[in-house]
Parts: sequence; structure tokens; C-alpha cells
Amino acid sequence: MTRQKRSHHKLKRAIAPYLYLSPALLIIGLLMLLPMVTVIGYSFQNSAVLRRDPSFAGLKHYQAIFADPVFWASLWHTLYFTCMSVVFHMTIGMVFALMLNSDRINPTLRNILRVLYILPWLFTAVIIAVIWRLLLEPNGVVNSVLMQMGIIGSKVEWFSSTATALHAVTFANIWAGYPLFMVSLLAGLQGIPKDFYEAADIDGAKAYQKLIFITIPQLMPIIISISLLDFIWTMQVFPLIWITTGGGPIYSTEVLSTYTYKLAFSSYNLSQASASAVVILLISLGLTLFYIRYQKAR
Amino acid sequence: MMFRIQPAMLKIAAAAWLLGATSAMAADTTLEFTQWWEPELPSGSLRAIMNDFEAANPGIKVTLVSGPYATTRDQISVGAATGTLSDVVGLDGAWVNNLNAQGALADMNPMMDASGFDKTQVADIIKVDGKAVMFPVASFVYPVFVNLDLAAQAGVTKLPSTRAEFLEAAKKMTHADKNQYGWVLPLSLQSPSGVQNDLMSWVWASGQSMMADGKPALEAKPVVDMLTFVKSLNDAGVISPGIATKTEQEKVEEFVNNRVGMMIDSLAHVNLIRERNPKLNFDIIPVPVVENYNGKRGLPYASWGIGISASSKHQEEAWKLVQYLMSEKVNAKLVSLANAFPGNVNAKPDFVTSDKAFAKAFEIFKSGYLANEFTGLPVAEDLMTQFDVQAQKMLAGEQSPEEAAASAQKGWMAKF
Repeated sequence: MTRQKRSHHKLKRAIAPYLYLSPALLIIGLLMLLPMVTVIGYSFQNSAVLRRDPSFAGLKHYQAIFADPVFWASLWHTLYFTCMSVVFHMTIGMVFALMLNSDRINPTLRNILRVLYILPWLFTAVIIAVIWRLLLEPNGVVNSVLMQMGIIGSKVEWFSSTATALHAVTFANIWAGYPLFMVSLLAGLQGIPKDFYEAADIDGAKAYQKLIFITIPQLMPIIISISLLDFIWTMQVFPLIWITTGGGPIYSTEVLSTYTYKLAFSSYNLSQASASAVVILLISLGLTLFYIRYQKAR
Repeated sequence: MMFRIQPAMLKIAAAAWLLGATSAMAADTTLEFTQWWEPELPSGSLRAIMNDFEAANPGIKVTLVSGPYATTRDQISVGAATGTLSDVVGLDGAWVNNLNAQGALADMNPMMDASGFDKTQVADIIKVDGKAVMFPVASFVYPVFVNLDLAAQAGVTKLPSTRAEFLEAAKKMTHADKNQYGWVLPLSLQSPSGVQNDLMSWVWASGQSMMADGKPALEAKPVVDMLTFVKSLNDAGVISPGIATKTEQEKVEEFVNNRVGMMIDSLAHVNLIRERNPKLNFDIIPVPVVENYNGKRGLPYASWGIGISASSKHQEEAWKLVQYLMSEKVNAKLVSLANAFPGNVNAKPDFVTSDKAFAKAFEIFKSGYLANEFTGLPVAEDLMTQFDVQAQKMLAGEQSPEEAAASAQKGWMAKF
């Protein structure tokens, strides 16, 4: 084989993997990278989208949103909503997964519970929002039950009061999202070898000791992975908040997604909306990098 | 079996090809008409009107691009930005300022002049910077609906005509222990149209304005008085709870279910209300006014507007379609289907003779004037959102009506 032929062959071998990847790369480029880059570009333009010849704005729109107190309130609400949701998703998911994995529960009852517990996952965000709006409205079932039990003295406007709205909407999201953890942890529980528990029994370990020293460490990779994914997804929740409260009352449930939406479709300020979207992207990107590093480390 | 091409078949094919070719040479002009009306009208009815238009205007075809309101709004925003707006577009008055700023809407003044269009026949022409950019084709007015049974039970014998009478009637109709309230106010930030329909309507009804010399005048007496009045209703506990997240649909539901005595709502909901509760005994009255006001009453309204794209290559044909929809008979037909009031002042929809409620509303419509000052304002929805937030703060006891008005004025001025 001549030297030229050898180098040609080498080149072909080097290119081949990229050719195989090219359809996927093309799709990712068109459907993900291009919109992202476009939005980043909009955030540096004046009157983006609305004018055919937008001028360069530099960091003006970023300065504007960072100077807006509603943006910082939205960021705080987003963090509260996300952290509370993830913690409770994990806790409830773990409790229910342990319950469904337990031999002490009758198999028929376990199957019924399995269906019941997974129900919230089957509803779309719109349905969940409507259900909770009906349940938590001032004349709704929740107030009626709590008043009959003597827990509250008068009707609470759960979604309409600044004191309760953020907690109420977080509660609805917790209800909607725990099945992801439950299903993932249940799968993890079923994969833990029985020998570990048998050995623990021989050593005289108590139930809580088995939970702390066997179950949780065995589930830790799943817990961390799902928590990170849940954190990223919950941070971007929009329909549930939009339909239940619209970001109100006043700005008490304004989160980054509703803040961005209002900038884009209520104020038609697509440049600032893009800047806000880029901030969300950066936060999500940070978490994603963390997630990837964690996965690599494993 | 062998398939043989017969000479006759060849002739037919040749004739068909020729027919196709000649008709392609004398190609029809196809107008694209984007709107949200078709899904809201009885099935096939808007297409039937377009078919009549095509029959009356040979050589012009109309393609309807239809979708829900919100989708249409987004589609029009994008079309305006990219220069791909349909030839004829359905418009909401709240959009026209933005679309005009983008140079997306054609000025219909020259078209009206060139065709000798009688401007007195239309109820309103929406102008921005002197350009005629929109005609309201159909108007949905917002009177007060009163539950007559609740009113009778509460001893309200005379339906309210002034704000003071309204407050009294609302107090009498309120029985919080039975989940029954005098009035319902939807101020959800998800759709802040409650500011326009349920708050500012009180200002316009008394012939007042929220503007002065083309600028916001929210700190002036009319708006502050309105806020003070609404606060007094709230303080009296006559407004159904959940104001800050209540939507228009929920408002109607509460009225239908006998949970509120009075609401300001679109006349377009009359049939819906009857469907949901056939036994509901209700009447329609104009929005009550300030004491001693005897002038003409402004009627809040939402409209199906129409305009022509500035980038349309068929503006002449597009104007023919607009004229057709605004003509007396066609307009009457369209608004009869939509249960709306006409954009042509001479048009008389069917339902005003066949239905008592509509007949009464039509009288209110005839004796007043259409008033919606948000039409044509920049970022109208954003202005409503800002006012909504300040009104919510006021109702939550965080600020006075004067402070709410001042904060809203400051926010609005930044947008002008």
C-alpha cells in the first residue's frame, strides 16, 4: 500500500464515526442548539423579533432584569418551589416505595396502592392545576373538611392570599411529582440483594438500622440522579403555576418561567424575555454539568 | 389483458391539461385570512360566508387560517415580525398598537377614499398615528347580569342604576354563610382582562375616561373614584372570595350556580349561561353610573376586529373582503351567528327581535356608545397586568386607592 493510500484510508477511518453521528448531530443542532443560540442572540438585541433590523444592545437587557425586584422575587420563589418540591418528592417517594416493596402488606392491597400512588403521574399539568384549583378554592372541599375538623376557623383563600399561595402551589406540585421518585426507588429497592438484609438479621440489626446502613446507601446513586433531574425539571415548571395563580396574587408566586412568559407575551419585550431565558438556561446548565460530572464519577 | 390507450382518452386528457393550463394562466387571487372566529362560530358558517364572497367576486378565493384566540395572537405576532402576515387578519384592539409599531398593518384610509366607502356606516374605526388600521366587525358588549331570583329574595325591587344603589343591592344579596355574594370580580393575572371588563367599565359607563390628551390619567378623579368604590365593595364583604386568582370562566360559573347576584359579563355568554342553567332567571342592565349622571353611557366591549397586512400583495382584493364583511347584510348575518353586536350601524342582527334578553341589550347598545380605551394602547395587556397588581395590593389592604392609582400611573407612563 502506498503512503498516499494509507493516509486516505486513515482519513476515511477517522471520518466514519462522525458520518454515523451526523444525522443525530444535525437534529440536535437544528432543534436544540439553533434555538438556544438564537435566543442568546436576541438577548443582546434591542426590539428582538419585533423589528427586522434590531440594533445591538450589549448587556442592557441583563442589567434591566437584574435591576428589577420582581426578577429577584421570582428567583427566590423558584428556589423555594424547587427545593421544597424535590425534598418532598424524595421523602414521599421513598415512603411509598418502601411500602410497596414491603412483604408485610397484602399483595392485593399492594397492587391497588401501586395504581393509586401512581395516579398523579398520569394527569397532565393542566388537569392537576384544575383539580387543585377546585379543591383549594375558598368554597372548596379542603376548606370545608378543615373547618369541620376545627383546624381553621374561616375560609382560607389558598391560591388568592399572598400568605398561602406559594405554599399551596408548591403543595400541588409535590402531589403531582412524587411518583417519579417512587417508581425509580421501587425499582432500586427490588435490585438490592436479599443477602444484605439476611446478614443484617443474623447480626440482629433493627429495621431503622437496615434502612440507614443498607437501603439508603444502596439507593444513593438513584436518589442523587433523580434529585438532580427533578431539580432541573421543577425549576422550569410553568403550566401548573400559570393556571393556578398566574404568578399572583401580586407577585407572590411569580417564578422565573412566569416572569419570562409575561415579558415575552404580555409586555412583548422579547429581548428582556430572552435575557431572562438565558439566566434560566445558565442555572439549568450548571445543574446539568453537575449531573454529568456525578454520572462520570460513578 | 393489455391496456390500450384509446384516442378518445387522449383527447380528454389533452382537454383536461388545456383547461388546467388556461385556468392557471388566469389564476385566482387567493387571500389568506387569519382569525380565531371560525372555531367560535357554528361549524361551516364562516366558510359559507367566504363562499358567498367568492361567488360575488369571481377571481378571488379565500383561505381561512383558523385557530384558538391565543394561538392566533402568537401567529400574528410572529407573522408581523417576519413579514409573513396573512393578507387579511382578525384583530383584537389590544394588539393594534404593537402591530402598527412593527409596520405590519396597512392604512385603510386611502382604500376607503378610493372606493368611496361610507365611513358613517361603521360603528368605529380604530386609528393609530392617524392610520385607520382596524374595523370592529362584531362587538361583544359587557352589561351587568342580575340574578332576579336572588335579587327578589334579598328584597331588591329596583335594579341598580347608580353605584350607590349597586352597593346596597350587593349588600342585600350577600349571605357569606350560604356562599352567596352580591358581586364577582375576576382579577387573575393569568388573563388580566378583568381590569378592562370589570374595573374600567365603571369609569366608561359614566362617560368618564382613564386617559387625558392621549396619556394615562389614572390619578385623576374618575379612576381613583372607581378604585374607592371597588374597595368599598370589598370592605363590605360583598365580593365573592378568591378575587386575585379568579378567571372570567369562574366568574360565569359562580353566576350560573346562583352563587353571585350580579356580574359584569360579555353578552356572548347569554347562550352559555342558559345552557348551563336553563332555570336561571336573570336580566341585563347597563353598568351603574356615578350619582346624578344623565349623559350617554359608555359600553365596555371586546371586539372581533379586522385589518389588512401592510405586506399583502393583494391589498385591493383584501379591501374587497373587508368591505364585504362590513356591509350591512353580511355584517348582520355574521353577528347573528356570533351573538354579537354589529360593526355596521345599519345592520340589525336576527336575535334582537327573537330574544328578549338580546333585545334589551340591543337597546342599551343603541342608547350608549362603545367604549374601550385599551384599544390601540401600547402593550395593552401589560398595562392591564400592572393595574391588576396595584388593584390586588389595594384590595389586600396594602395601599389606598390613591396609592394604587399613583403606582399604576407610574408604571403606565413608562410604557408610553
